[in-house]
Amino acid sequence: MKRNGPIALIFHAFFVTFMVAPILVVCVVAFTSHGYLSLPTDGLSLRWFREIANYPEFVRAFWTSIYLGAVSSTVAVVLAVPAALAFSRYDFTGKGALAAFFLSPLMIPHVVLGIAFLRFFTQGGLSGTMAALIISHIILVFPFALRLTLSAATGMDRSIESAAISLGAGNLTLFRRVTLPLILPGVISGWALSFIQSFDEVTMTVFLAAPGTETLPVRMFLYVQDNIDPLVTSVSAVVILITMVALMILDRLYGLDAVLSGHSDRNS
Amino acid sequence: MAERRSPIAVAPLLLPATLLFIAVLAIPLIMTLMLSFYSWGQYTGIVEDFTVENWVEVFTDPYFGDVFLRTLRISVFATLLAALFGTPEAYILKRMDPRWRGIFLLVILGPLLMSVVARTLGWALLFGGNSGVANQLLMGIGLIDSPIPFMFTETGVVIALAHVMMPFMVLSVWASLQRLDPQVENAARSLGASQATVIRRVVLPQIMPGILSGSIIVFALSASAFATPAIIGGRRLKVASTLAYDEFLNTLDWPLGAAVAVLLLIAIVLIIVASNRLVERRYAEVFR
Repeated sequence: MKRNGPIALIFHAFFVTFMVAPILVVCVVAFTSHGYLSLPTDGLSLRWFREIANYPEFVRAFWTSIYLGAVSSTVAVVLAVPAALAFSRYDFTGKGALAAFFLSPLMIPHVVLGIAFLRFFTQGGLSGTMAALIISHIILVFPFALRLTLSAATGMDRSIESAAISLGAGNLTLFRRVTLPLILPGVISGWALSFIQSFDEVTMTVFLAAPGTETLPVRMFLYVQDNIDPLVTSVSAVVILITMVALMILDRLYGLDAVLSGHSDRNS
Repeated sequence: MAERRSPIAVAPLLLPATLLFIAVLAIPLIMTLMLSFYSWGQYTGIVEDFTVENWVEVFTDPYFGDVFLRTLRISVFATLLAALFGTPEAYILKRMDPRWRGIFLLVILGPLLMSVVARTLGWALLFGGNSGVANQLLMGIGLIDSPIPFMFTETGVVIALAHVMMPFMVLSVWASLQRLDPQVENAARSLGASQATVIRRVVLPQIMPGILSGSIIVFALSASAFATPAIIGGRRLKVASTLAYDEFLNTLDWPLGAAVAVLLLIAIVLIIVASNRLVERRYAEVFR
């Protein structure tokens, strides 16, 4: 393996700086002690982190996002596992079309999804409710749940199942004791990626969220539209920190490049 | 491998998801298409008749033309930036010591999963005014003489979008580099090719499909981006998605907003399908 030359390394340093700079600046400015946006020149202060507690709408929005992400990813995974098993094992008429249908939320601009769901739920009298948010987020994250469970189901060793059947395992036992444990890494990663997608989504949700059901990204977005102050940077810093912890767990568990590209090369 | 089954036999496994997708994806999209043909009045609200008024307005009013052109321009430049910088970086990552590579992959791909609002806020802080960090830095190293206005300009939106989309490009090129046989590179070197020749004649042609499919993803996502153009572009610099948002939540002219959204969807789907087909035909041998 040849090493990178000096020019490559300078380019690399520049590139990494570019990628990290905006994230770093948010985290640094969040520690300012001043009442305005500034770099913390006179030591780090937690003033603006404490200030978050005085804005219950941010705290409420945070819990809304956690709840929404957990519920919608769980339902999406529960629906994705049987679908992934069907896709990985059987050939049937319309398979390609159905797969494209299930993955289509990836291709549709979120603004279009937001508008379509707003119209749909307004007509159904559900607009602005938590139920509408959950249902729309299930659709949104389903492709991610499906891709990862599908790659796990495709890469799984079917002969273990045959052995279990020959030893007399029933359908339910087979699924619970053999199939599910074998595809579990894919299922967990699918859940985690779905959760992060739901937790971060702003474009579609901004159409659907009412004052009582605002998610954290929506609250942050609406806040930033009005004014940018240290408070919103400290909220963003908290979000960045949470995502970083989740990222490292996901990377350890499964390999980040594998999770993001939807393959499970590491296990197969 | 895969057993042939009738659709009815696999229905129990697939029916729940299919029904949900028909009820809550297909039907709302059809309703949106229908909505774009309804009329709207300041006092009457949405009237469920049939009119092509909204579509005529979208296609003839130069304001909408400007917005769609701006969306196209911003997406093209963001895609070019991402390809220009993301491709060499993916190659550098591949040649890196695996220990460092793991860390830098995390650093470069990680932002993909971070809140777009938080990342864009970072750019707003860096850009902020003429005395912003970005301008001070650029003037400090002598790259520019006078500050460039980044906030509320297309330049700013393009840079922030390129940052938001960069991980997709690196990921796509990275995936195609994984399929590259290092022996071919070594063979070219041993036959006397310089490093530059190896990159130009051996590496680049093989990773071209990765660059192109990355570009398609970046372009499609940039054209439908919302939070970044809304925050960096401000209220006046509209792109297609922020325009649709305005019609829906400020003007309340839902039919017109629906027409803008449907047009955006059709344009993006057409561009994705056409360019995918082009890439696959041109590089058929790679996909075999």
